[in-house]
Amino acid sequence: MFKKIGFRLIFAVALTSLSIIGVFAYFNVQTHSRSLLLEVERHANQLGETVISSTRFDMMLNQRDRIQQVINSIGTQPQIRDVRILNKVGEVIYSSDSTTINRMVDKKAESCYACHSANEPLEKISITERTRIYRLHPDSSRVIGIITPIYNEKSCWQADCHAHPKNQKVLGVLDVTISLADVDQTIQKSELEIVVFAIVAILGVGLLIGFFVRRWVSTPVNNLLGATNQVSMGNLNYSIKDMGDDEIGKLAHSFNNMTKKLSEARMQLFQSDKMASLGRLAAGVAHEINNPLTGVLTYSSFLLKRTKDNAEFQDDLKVIVRETLRCREIVKSLLDFARQTVPKKNNADINEIIDKAVSVIENQLVLNKVKLIKEVDKYLPKITVDANQIQQVFINLFVNAADAIGENGGTLTVLTHQISLSPYGLAQIKKAACPKRHSLIDNEFKIGGFPSIKVKVLSENNEGIIHLDPVYGKHRNEYNLIFPLTKDAKFVCPDCSSSLILQDKTCPDCGSPVLVFDTSGQGLYEVCTSEKNNWERWEFVDSAGLSEYIEIKISDTGAGINNEDLPKIFEPFFSTKGQKGTGLGLAVIWGIIDNHNGTITVESEVGKGTTFVIRLPLTQQR
Amino acid sequence: MSVTADILVIDDEPVVEDAVIKICALDNYSVEVAANVKSAIEKISKNYYPIIVCDIMMPDGDGFKVLEELHNRNIDSSVIMTTGYSTVENAVNSLYMGAIDFIPKPFTVDELLNSVFRANRYQQIKNRQKSFSMQNADRELLYVNCPVRYLRLGYASWMFEERDGSVLIGVCDLFLKTIETVKSIELSDHDEEINQGISCLSITATDERTHKMLSPISGRIVEVNQNIKTNPSLIEKDPYFEGWIYRVIPADIEYEKKHLIMCSSELL
Repeated sequence: MFKKIGFRLIFAVALTSLSIIGVFAYFNVQTHSRSLLLEVERHANQLGETVISSTRFDMMLNQRDRIQQVINSIGTQPQIRDVRILNKVGEVIYSSDSTTINRMVDKKAESCYACHSANEPLEKISITERTRIYRLHPDSSRVIGIITPIYNEKSCWQADCHAHPKNQKVLGVLDVTISLADVDQTIQKSELEIVVFAIVAILGVGLLIGFFVRRWVSTPVNNLLGATNQVSMGNLNYSIKDMGDDEIGKLAHSFNNMTKKLSEARMQLFQSDKMASLGRLAAGVAHEINNPLTGVLTYSSFLLKRTKDNAEFQDDLKVIVRETLRCREIVKSLLDFARQTVPKKNNADINEIIDKAVSVIENQLVLNKVKLIKEVDKYLPKITVDANQIQQVFINLFVNAADAIGENGGTLTVLTHQISLSPYGLAQIKKAACPKRHSLIDNEFKIGGFPSIKVKVLSENNEGIIHLDPVYGKHRNEYNLIFPLTKDAKFVCPDCSSSLILQDKTCPDCGSPVLVFDTSGQGLYEVCTSEKNNWERWEFVDSAGLSEYIEIKISDTGAGINNEDLPKIFEPFFSTKGQKGTGLGLAVIWGIIDNHNGTITVESEVGKGTTFVIRLPLTQQR
Repeated sequence: MSVTADILVIDDEPVVEDAVIKICALDNYSVEVAANVKSAIEKISKNYYPIIVCDIMMPDGDGFKVLEELHNRNIDSSVIMTTGYSTVENAVNSLYMGAIDFIPKPFTVDELLNSVFRANRYQQIKNRQKSFSMQNADRELLYVNCPVRYLRLGYASWMFEERDGSVLIGVCDLFLKTIETVKSIELSDHDEEINQGISCLSITATDERTHKMLSPISGRIVEVNQNIKTNPSLIEKDPYFEGWIYRVIPADIEYEKKHLIMCSSELL
């Protein structure tokens, strides 16, 4: 539990407030009780002085009964525990407690100790020294006692009774003891109040902090955590709902952005790979099937020729020939699909192609009550594309949109405009050659779906092959060497062993040697040899700056595609149309856009609609 | 060099070899077989085969090697290329490298027989031409070559780029000379797409044989010569001018031109 950030925060805040409140309370209580005691002390002292001055006259006249009466009446006051007068030898002469009269008090007793602690009794002592606070029994309440000395004066030794000689300085002491029960209770009460206040304050602060931490930190962090788990489990379509504009909200936003980009990239790579393997498969299958089909077709048509006069045979054989020809067409269309020939590119206006595509499916749009909204950029530059293929893409997408909208009507929005995107992380090295013009492109070893660049490494007596990421800025280089790279390792062309190291230059980041390849018509590509360093430079692409793309957005208000299906829609043979569709439409679209070095992405929400975004580079790499 | 058979079939599939043997027997051709490129080259170095039916994909190499070998040895066999992996590239490449026809697998008896028929006629014309040139006679007597500035796909179809960017497509005279008199022509329609190396029209001759012509260029048909429809024999009378067939807006002429042969070239 303590591992939770919320609890840690609450704990820290509670500890801080506890110490602040504690220190404050300690000093507060101290000051309070000190002032209370001072007040009592002052009061007791005053009382002592009052007793002495009110009995002075009676003392002079030696009227002992009256003195006793005064002391008795003072002693009855509440809180006053005891008032007594002791003579010089420690005998109690007067007392509010009649049982103690004539009793001797030990010099070590609390009342006497202040003066008699030294060998000679002190005659003048301050008020603090005359005051003592003590308990009669360990479990009784505290009492304050104050001693007021009664000094000898002229009128005393000149009085008629001659009770006191002249040389005597102190005649006796008045001892007043007052119970501190009330004071103690007050102090205790205020201590309790402060403790209660502290507990309430800490609890309050804790709850408040807990609430806000939960609201602003724990819940969003848990959501983020859940999202990262989802993504790590491979669900790249997971997105976090809006979390506001604070740092965590921004983090969530950028997380969503990241997963979206990741899923797009994964989709493109996955698709590239899949189309390539499907192409190989189809080509292989076509070749394998066409040979036996040749046997069937030739033999059946041969028989057809030889049995011209047998009408019964003729009909059956015609069925065989017809169906074999049908097989031939199916295999042919499979090959056409898999091959998706190099596009035949011409300068074309994307808006015009859209118009043509719309004219083809206008009837279906009207039938489905689809309202078409075109927001095209009239000043789009012409672009080198295979107009027929791109038109096919639009037609397929429009038909899909119309199907998704169904019979109840909706809107189809087509938007075109020009955008700029950075080539870093996008541009692909398609050709790389050593100084003797051997190609270094390895079609067998692919990184991220694209053929990698292979380089031979000679390090001491070992040799191995490393593969470099062909996408500029992605750095997914695969070293996989079983030996360590020494400082003077050689990097050479696998065909002719000529060095690929750039002379007179080292990596500006780490000082390692730099590999250089000719990208045939696209300048030199330089990359650091160190496995750990990501430095690379492709001046041709960098100097071109941002790449221009034409972006086409096709949105419909149809049924939408659910999140589970979304990653599969570009896969061949995946269809949500059941028996109606072959599941090749979107796969073909994907292939066409890929052949144009473009990208296609999809966003969809069930019940709201689907948006396809196509980006075609303005300048084609041939 | 001796002639041991009329046709050499080069194919690694026994069923295809057997089928070709049976089919060719219908028209009384004798057939020899080679199962791979190596034995095929051995055979053509020993004997002369007027007609060769060659598969492109074989275990020890592709059929283009056979075409190269024939060209290097100056052998005038008529080669019909065939493959199960029938792509436009393969078709166009075959014709560019000297094959006289390309038939995608699987083929019917008629498709093969008609192609062999043309190959045989082609051989006859070639032989007559040789004997004529020995006597210093004019080769124009046999067939009319396509005009300069025209381009052709193999020996079958031609294209001519007009000033306005459109391209005219037609049938070469030599192709017409390898078939019987034209009886009817089946044409594609206005606005249809045609592709280089893929059949764009079929001609039925008086002997009921149907011959497909491979288009020299890809594009969209913008005009079909109406005179041909009413009078098919026009293509025989004036194959290069009045007898044009389609007017096409080409798709990628610069790329496709690379696989076409200049009509001024002596190569045939």
